Amino acid sequence: MPMIFYLILSGILFTLGLLGVILRRNAIILFMSLELMFNAANILFVAFAAYYQVLSGQLFVFFVMVVAAAEVAVGLALIVTIFRSRNSINVDELSSLKG
Amino acid sequence: MPPLGVIILYAIIGLVSVGSAVGLLVSRNAIYSALFLVLNFLTVALLYLVLGAPFIALAQITVYAGAIMVLFLFVIMMLGAEKLTESSLRVRGLRVLAVVLGLVFAAEVALFLVVRGGIPAAPAEPALTFGDPAAVGLMLFQQYTLPFEITSVILLAAMVGAIVLTRGDLKDRLARRAALEKKA
Repeated sequence: MPMIFYLILSGILFTLGLLGVILRRNAIILFMSLELMFNAANILFVAFAAYYQVLSGQLFVFFVMVVAAAEVAVGLALIVTIFRSRNSINVDELSSLKG
Repeated sequence: MPPLGVIILYAIIGLVSVGSAVGLLVSRNAIYSALFLVLNFLTVALLYLVLGAPFIALAQITVYAGAIMVLFLFVIMMLGAEKLTESSLRVRGLRVLAVVLGLVFAAEVALFLVVRGGIPAAPAEPALTFGDPAAVGLMLFQQYTLPFEITSVILLAAMVGAIVLTRGDLKDRLARRAALEKKA
């Protein structure tokens, strides 16, 4: 399949993830949109790894996955803690640091 | 150009992928969003598979579609957050702004594709040994040993961080223990 297919698909998925981060106020959905953006980048890594026949691209995806897993674990722990203290995970209401 | 059947197949994969991403954005129930995201991960794993990356494809399914999404679903159910109300503090015009920004970003990507037009036609047909788990493993432990070791530290730090964060402070813990003892 032509490379342009992967480029366009990745662009669309990344834009959708970005829209999710801007539009949705539920912190969990916000995190899922982040995962969508990671995935859009990963598609390009693997596609270009196949195109240039360089294996490093695939390994980079592996490292992205590890860091994403760590990020999700800490992020969800933060969400649980925030929910315990404020009874809400609406990111609009987390404005107590605002002067 | 690839044959028509291949084009149709890729079109279906692409449409399901984009459709599930849209579903993630628009569904009101967080559980549905999580399930849409699983569908998206699966289609992306299919793409990895045809791009000659079987190890990454299976890691995608086990780590992303499996472990990470279970974590998401677990937290959603624990908090009972599947039907949280949307913003009470609605920033006016945020929706319009987001759509405009999204269009600008998509246009930028398109512009980049046009300007850097020398984009290759198609990825070369991967050799059979390219990207097989043995090759990936060898490269991981020979060329990328240090990053690999660092990922173990990252995971350990994340694990400790998650436990410490959700444990609550001392007062919390004492109160919970007292409640438990009273019950017993």
